[in-house]
Amino acid sequence: MIKAVDVHKRFGAHHVLKGISLEVAAGEVLCVIGPSGSGKSTFLRCVNQLETIDEGAAWVDGELLGWTERDGKLHQLSDAQIARQRRPIGMVFQRFNLFPHMTALENVVEGPIRVLRESRDTARTRALELLERVGLKDKAGAYPSTLSGGQQQRVAIARALAMRPRLMLFDEPTSALDPELVGEVLAVMRDLAASGMTMVVVTHELGFAKEVANQVVFMDDGRVIETGSPDQVLVNPTHERTKTFLSAVL
Amino acid sequence: MSTDVAHLPRVARKHYGRYVAAILVVAALVAIVVSFAGGQIEWSVVGQYLTAEAILTGVVNTIVMAVLAMIVGVALGVLFAVMRMSQNPVTRAVSALYTWIFRGTPQLLQLFLWFNLALVFPYFVIPGIVEARTVDLMTPFVAALLGLGICQGAYTSEVVRGGILSVDQGQTEAAQAIGMTRFQTMRRIVLPQAMRVILPPIGNEFISMVKLTSLASAIQYQEVLHSAQNIYYANNRVMELLFVATFWYLIVVTILSLGQLVVERRFSRGVRK
Repeated sequence: MIKAVDVHKRFGAHHVLKGISLEVAAGEVLCVIGPSGSGKSTFLRCVNQLETIDEGAAWVDGELLGWTERDGKLHQLSDAQIARQRRPIGMVFQRFNLFPHMTALENVVEGPIRVLRESRDTARTRALELLERVGLKDKAGAYPSTLSGGQQQRVAIARALAMRPRLMLFDEPTSALDPELVGEVLAVMRDLAASGMTMVVVTHELGFAKEVANQVVFMDDGRVIETGSPDQVLVNPTHERTKTFLSAVL
Repeated sequence: MSTDVAHLPRVARKHYGRYVAAILVVAALVAIVVSFAGGQIEWSVVGQYLTAEAILTGVVNTIVMAVLAMIVGVALGVLFAVMRMSQNPVTRAVSALYTWIFRGTPQLLQLFLWFNLALVFPYFVIPGIVEARTVDLMTPFVAALLGLGICQGAYTSEVVRGGILSVDQGQTEAAQAIGMTRFQTMRRIVLPQAMRVILPPIGNEFISMVKLTSLASAIQYQEVLHSAQNIYYANNRVMELLFVATFWYLIVVTILSLGQLVVERRFSRGVRK
């Protein structure tokens, strides 16, 4: 589903990603852990092309992201082509980023109507199903400002799912939540993983990673330090840096 | 220390300053009204011309010009604000040049330039579509609309740019993440949120525009001040007719201010008060 080969990203002189290579199979849940500033979020943003990949390459479903090969060179794709590549990829943000001028329902139907060109009725019916799935059908008419953080994040998940994604990216989805609201969002994500969705989750919730992930990647300083099953990385890490990190957070 | 005071009846503070101020203001107003009532001005003439046909035509023309110039201004303002924020250096430069020229010169001068454009270009020709003498095209109406609208656009573009910058970057990212194009993101997500910030200053500028239309009297556009002047050139009732114009400007501006309230409420949907 995802394949990344030697992905580099620089912001000016700041070298954030120093060659990330990894693979995620269809139906798999990958959890990316690591200290802040290690490049986890940047890597996720590269997969959804909110950042361009400076060096190296990444594929989603076999399609090269952001570039096309012609005459032995890589040519940058147009904005419209990039928008098309993003469509099967859903993304959930740390700060939810719901559209504040739209109700929960309007947030969810916006993509299907404007991007997928679904009819209003079809989009609405499906949006209500999705809101029910995240437990918020009764909040369909509510504006984001009246919802709790956990509710907003669940609407954001429904909004991403409305685009019928084949891959879901979560960028620290529970980091901005009050502790008592973390559980409701993780429950929705757990349910999503059980339904067979391919997911990449950047998270500090090691319990969630241990329970749900098929693969865990530990990143530090723009590099993948260690990768393997949750048991290998979280319980019996081999690298010193992984051990230091785990002992600091647990 | 006794706790008996906890539940005694409470008496609010007295605002003596407010009473004094109110008395002074009322006294000043009465003095002004009395002096004008006894001054060399015939109020019956003011009443007589308030609804004169030439004046009413002027009022309608003032409103028409203010609305149209504002539409041109806002359309250009949005266009040039988006150009200013584009990644394309050419459109950025064009937008900066536009703002520089039209914000940097007096509006009255710009009106004269448009009105006299025929001196530079006697004929206006777009092959196959338009072919006319510029004098015939550049009527006072067209010159005023171009002059006021284009200049307004230069100011509005800065207001719109400020509004767009006030919208969180995460909104653009969320819109892109659901596959929206740049254009859709701007139109559906960013601009509606920017409106909340943009509208109060635009309302303000609309009100300025109503008054700026009076500049067009200098190029013979029949707005309300021009009508008033035409009448007092003939009958010498200068102050009477200026009061007529004053009355109508205040009416139009009052109505606009009320409209502004309604529109602002419409665009503050979803904002917690």
